[in-house]
Amino acid sequence: MDTALQSLVDQVQAAVASHTPLCIRGSGSKDFYGNLPQGQVLDVRHWQGIVDYDPSELVITARAGTPLALVETMLSEQDQMLAFEPPHFGLAATVGGCVAAGLAGPRRASAGTTQGAVRDFVLGARLLDGRARQLRFGGTVIKNVAGYDVSRLLAGSLGILGVILEASLKVLPRPRAELTLQQDCDEAAALLRCNQWGGQPLPLSATHWHNGVLSVRLAGAEAAVREASATLGGQPLPTAHAAQFWTALREQSADFFAGDLPLWRVSVPSTAVPLGFDAPQCFEWGGAQRWLRSDLPAAQLRARANQLGGHATLFRGGDRSAGVFTPVSSAVLRVHRGLKAEFDPTGIFNPGRLIQGL
Amino acid sequence: MHNAVVVQHPELIAALRAVLPAGALLVEPEDTQPWECDGLTLIRQRPMAVVLPDTEEQVVQVLQLCHAHGVPVVPRGAGTGLAGSAMPNAEGVLLAMARFNRVLSVDALARTATVQPGVRNLAVSDAAAPYGLYYAPDPSSQIACTIGGNVAENSGGVHCLKYGLTLHNVMRVRGWLVDGTPIEFGGLALDAPGLDLLAVMIGSEGMLAVIAEVTVRLVPKPQLARCIMASFADVGQAGDAVAALIAAGIIPAGLEMLDQAASRLVEPFANAGYDLDAAAVLLCESDGTPAEVAEEIERMCSVLRAAGATRLQVSADETERLRFWAGRKNAFPAAGRAAPAYYCTDGTIPRKHIGTMLKAIAAMELRFGLACPNVFHAGDGNLHPLVLFDDSDPDSVARAEAFGAEILEESVRLGGTITGEHGVGMEKINQMCSQFDADSLEAFRGVKRAFDPAGTLNPGKVVPSLHRCAEYGRQRVSAGRVAFPELPRF
Repeated sequence: MDTALQSLVDQVQAAVASHTPLCIRGSGSKDFYGNLPQGQVLDVRHWQGIVDYDPSELVITARAGTPLALVETMLSEQDQMLAFEPPHFGLAATVGGCVAAGLAGPRRASAGTTQGAVRDFVLGARLLDGRARQLRFGGTVIKNVAGYDVSRLLAGSLGILGVILEASLKVLPRPRAELTLQQDCDEAAALLRCNQWGGQPLPLSATHWHNGVLSVRLAGAEAAVREASATLGGQPLPTAHAAQFWTALREQSADFFAGDLPLWRVSVPSTAVPLGFDAPQCFEWGGAQRWLRSDLPAAQLRARANQLGGHATLFRGGDRSAGVFTPVSSAVLRVHRGLKAEFDPTGIFNPGRLIQGL
Repeated sequence: MHNAVVVQHPELIAALRAVLPAGALLVEPEDTQPWECDGLTLIRQRPMAVVLPDTEEQVVQVLQLCHAHGVPVVPRGAGTGLAGSAMPNAEGVLLAMARFNRVLSVDALARTATVQPGVRNLAVSDAAAPYGLYYAPDPSSQIACTIGGNVAENSGGVHCLKYGLTLHNVMRVRGWLVDGTPIEFGGLALDAPGLDLLAVMIGSEGMLAVIAEVTVRLVPKPQLARCIMASFADVGQAGDAVAALIAAGIIPAGLEMLDQAASRLVEPFANAGYDLDAAAVLLCESDGTPAEVAEEIERMCSVLRAAGATRLQVSADETERLRFWAGRKNAFPAAGRAAPAYYCTDGTIPRKHIGTMLKAIAAMELRFGLACPNVFHAGDGNLHPLVLFDDSDPDSVARAEAFGAEILEESVRLGGTITGEHGVGMEKINQMCSQFDADSLEAFRGVKRAFDPAGTLNPGKVVPSLHRCAEYGRQRVSAGRVAFPELPRF
């Protein structure tokens, strides 16, 4: 066995034997996310490398510690991309952290082929579980329904089921043309437009509204982008400026995200009315992901999100001790407890990070 | 495989009779026999009882009663599945959900439809059509198969490469755990708190929860679709052309392949105009706006030509496009006409191995003495070989089953999977032992326990027991490698 892998196995076995909680960690770029990290750090960065990449198969397989930037560079050389456009939140972000956090960028709610969350692009995974078993789920082909889809369950699991050792991710060709258009409108009008456009065959690849400006990114065949830009109207952004704009949104380096006020992520149906609240806000994903800067009580924000058919997460900053995620129903919690007991019977992996007490 | 003796449970039957309307409980052998298999007719089993509830309250009562008596429940949609996932249990109740067949709502602005599990796949698109929307996954059985069954099997179709599987097009599933506890997976937002249980629920073959309601994503109907029919003189070249399209950055709306035997099989039936002299025919579709399609068709044609296509024909209009597809879509009925019976398997392999696989299947045809035309979702590497056999001849049946198993073993060997879209069910349960190691199979059992601790929801499917794998390994010692070497041999 590779020494880096052997070391992970040894550390997990030791932690199981001594009931020592482990905090699975890559570069630590997402330490801020989820409930407070607890336990002894299990560093997965040495377990790195691209296991396989064949552009014509549209899949890349990489070990957990592989820098996300390296994967993206390799793909880009072949004119391909991770179509969920993951945020890095740090220069050294890893593939394992990307899958475990399950966070997607602006392209999440785009039209047609590039639609998707992280889990939509996970084809397979290897997991080191709480019995120190090395498990393999899914595979490297696009269609695969053999056994339960555990590899996709790992996306967004925040490490509570074990150490993600390796992931096979579906990749897509980069669009041949891209254009960002901006137009002025208020939030309610922007929401309506995004939803109406979503029902038309338009090559939308990202939307964002903030401060009376709706920005729309079109991506696809040259003809499709040209036609759609005529349909939508608005002011085109210069190419370099547009790339910076979407990167700043994805990485939360835009002005909206600066400062110490807690950042809330409110996930609602795209057609939900504006949240209200006297607080700085913006939205992405055609209205399905709304960002809000506020120190209002969690209960008030959660109640509003719930009323609109969604949920609210304290994404960054604020007081994490009360739990950053909206609690799940008792039936769903029962299944979570069951899964945790099966994959991590001694409860050593990232305790409480996704669900308090689990 | 034939009927095991049905176990009777008079006490439970009496209790079910008390909560179900007249005609919604079938127990006599002549009444339960029509339910003894799904689309996989090779394996049959009569259930103890069939229930056909028409309200959610009745479903909950059925689940609670069965749970209290420790009796297995097997959910069933339209029964079109090809893997035996809905095969009844001799000691159990078959829960037929076909009466839950209402489209509850279509929200055109949000692009979602909420439907009951017994709604047919095509009926969802019909309901969405007035808004210029449709439901993308289109399994061949879409006229008959239900959304509940699609969710259970994570069904695909011919447009998956571009539009995704059921998994990518379902937002929310509401249902019950095996004891009748209500539960909801996903939601109307794009994500839900906690683990993504929806991802594991979809494709779980009715083993984790019973479905009450599904919210699907609808997508805008493309303005135009055009299809290229390309001929190749060699199957390997056709396989390489598939890889070349993808490498050129093209994601076709559909990319299907028929080998010569398949073209010759379907042509008299469908009059699709296939080139019967070609070793392989590729159907390559582009959809979008007229300008977009024109641009893409031109790029596709130049890649196909460079890959050695001997003939290219682009559909001139919608009638011609549908004619091109008629052959592919009628492959199964054509096979049914050409032989007393056919057996369709579902292995998926990396696209680069398509040529290798077809050659391996040709060798198997000689070895098993059975013909096997091939149609497949080439863009996904998803094969549907049609093994033609005679179901009145036990020897022919045995050879067909062995042939199918061999194809699956080869799929695993080439780095693929035993099932791309049909599911494991009963059909491929042995080959699960080849695809997964003992620990991963035990982890699957763990997932099952987390949802269904007593193991009474559709038991015995998908995940083989250790004993079964040991038996299967004993039968198949291939190339000096023994499956499950750590197990004692008897």
